[in-house]
Amino acid sequence: MSGRRIFTRPARSAAIAPYLWMLLFFLVPFGFVLKISLSQAAIAQPPYLPVFDLTQGVASIKAAFAALSSDNFRLLASDDLYVLSYLRSLVVALVSTSILLVIGYPIAYGMARLPKRWQGIAMMLVIVPFWTSFLIRIYAWINILQHDGLLNKILLALHLVSAPVVWLSTDSAMYLGIVYSYLPFMILPLYATLSKMEPALLEAASDLGATPLQAFWRVTFPLSLPGVGAGVLLCFIPIVGEFVIPDLLAGSNSMMIGQTLWLEFFANKDWPVASAAAVVLLMLLVGPLVLYDRLQRRQLENAR
Amino acid sequence: MAEDGRKAATDAGSARREPQAEAAELPLLRIDSVVKKFGAFRAVDQLSLDIRAGEFFALLGPSGCGKTTLLRMLAGFETPDEGRILLDGKDIAPVLPHQRPVNMMFQNYALFPHLTVRDNIAFGLKRAGLPRAEIDARVAEMVALVKLEGLAKRKPDQLSGGQRQRVALARSLARRPQLLLLDEPLAALDKKLRESTQLELMEVQRRLGMTFIIVTHDQEEAMTVADRIGVMDSGRLEQVATPRELYEAPSSRRIAEFVGDVNLFDGQVASREAGRVTISTKDAGSIVVAEPRQPITKTTVAVAIRPEKVKLSRRGPVADALSAHAINRLEGVVTDVGYLGGLTTYKVKLDSGAVVRSSMANTARLDMDAYSTSQRVVAWFTPDDCVVLEK
Repeated sequence: MSGRRIFTRPARSAAIAPYLWMLLFFLVPFGFVLKISLSQAAIAQPPYLPVFDLTQGVASIKAAFAALSSDNFRLLASDDLYVLSYLRSLVVALVSTSILLVIGYPIAYGMARLPKRWQGIAMMLVIVPFWTSFLIRIYAWINILQHDGLLNKILLALHLVSAPVVWLSTDSAMYLGIVYSYLPFMILPLYATLSKMEPALLEAASDLGATPLQAFWRVTFPLSLPGVGAGVLLCFIPIVGEFVIPDLLAGSNSMMIGQTLWLEFFANKDWPVASAAAVVLLMLLVGPLVLYDRLQRRQLENAR
Repeated sequence: MAEDGRKAATDAGSARREPQAEAAELPLLRIDSVVKKFGAFRAVDQLSLDIRAGEFFALLGPSGCGKTTLLRMLAGFETPDEGRILLDGKDIAPVLPHQRPVNMMFQNYALFPHLTVRDNIAFGLKRAGLPRAEIDARVAEMVALVKLEGLAKRKPDQLSGGQRQRVALARSLARRPQLLLLDEPLAALDKKLRESTQLELMEVQRRLGMTFIIVTHDQEEAMTVADRIGVMDSGRLEQVATPRELYEAPSSRRIAEFVGDVNLFDGQVASREAGRVTISTKDAGSIVVAEPRQPITKTTVAVAIRPEKVKLSRRGPVADALSAHAINRLEGVVTDVGYLGGLTTYKVKLDSGAVVRSSMANTARLDMDAYSTSQRVVAWFTPDDCVVLEK
């Protein structure tokens, strides 16, 4: 009996660790954000009311609870600015993820078909850009895309255009930046499922009369769906909340929710509205997150 | 179900009987001086072979002998570098795998893990563009043929190894190919299951009247299932024969050793008279053998005797009388006794130091006839039991 306990105790505490992590670094901060989102902006330190003060006794805390309101959420729903920001974020994420899938799938497929000794090198080539800071790589794109940048110089030198083209501060530049930055997140899960596929399955399909195209759509693609799901969600979720790329590469006439949130927080110093926007963003992403979690779990079960 | 089987058999039969001027005297499959090279390595080397319609043919050989490469050329996954492969008189070299009237059962089955048993079997039928009703009927027929009723909605990972093997067989048979290729189809099964599955394979082949080519490294399996066996080594066919011929009249030392156990004695032809040839061997003295149908041409030969043809007797007048009947007798000491249930194997060390192996059926329950180690015995065999090998 005592022997059994020696084994179960560390195992039990190891099982608790991730929940403790979630509690400390996700649930508690989220509690703060949720509380601020229900407060009102104020010119004070901190810049919102009410403030819970544990030293003033139970009555003041009760009063603070009573002062909480959902006004900020009503504001988000009523003002087009926010609604449009959310919509734009979802559209940008959807379009970028689709482009990423269309570009990433053939690359991952090609990598998985390479001879084994080349696959490692191909994998390196996909990962190597990560060794340079993300911000520096985006600034490099600014350099390439700007008025007298590399791209325009090449186009002018080749006489493909007669005057410099405006690339920077357009949606195209933003999509380029997003696709460039997130491509590895699409390729790697796709490559992981495609490289595990038995080549004999394609031979079997062909043996049973499937043309190469039919073999792809009937066998390869359905079997790669877990990778497609993982890649799509791994890109879609962070792109919805993307701030840096649209801020640096897109024009300023329409904003993604990340930018709106930043503006509320730093420019308007309206912490409560910014917090409310963050809470709604999280709610929007709960669906895809749960889906991703379920996919991962199913894949783990299949691997067993 | 038996009726369905007969129907399928006549279908396949009528397909074969279609008049084809040139094909009339040709076999279903003719492999003509085919060469396949991987770099400098000749995996298949100048190989020729005819296979008749309705035949169950086994390609037998050690791993790396080129048998799988040959099979993959028939399926279309490899292209021959030289030579021709004629199916029904037509060269199939330019025909892509998905257009060949040939199906393959893969070594590890290669079942589609995302499809149910039913959809796996229907895969080839859908590609052939058959109407739905016919697909359903054909799938039901196949499911019944391989006795998988009730499992049609399962996915491959919910099946046992034996059941997966049946799905793979049903899937490869569903299109009623002219030729079915089986790549080590039973290698993943345990011994008991393998033996019963061999019998089922034979039954299916007989019932459908299809032509099967099986690749295996297991000589017992080849002997059990096949009408004819082609023994392959280093990309060449060493011998093509019925299982009985292969065992009782191997064409070379290598085949004698590869197919079953054998005692081999090297020697020279000493004399020949009246259908009897005397061969003087270093290890076993003079051995009298029957002159084979193809007269011996070389002087340096080997004598091969299968262990079950070597009988043991106690020393004494009876054993001594054997020599009078031109029966070969060797004296030695039993060094090893292996009791295997149905039979017992003995190793007898001759005075020359050579070892003769004998296996005798345990026909009586009480071990009156058994010999024990260090017992001195006479090992004997008739001239007809010997095979003379010239290479």
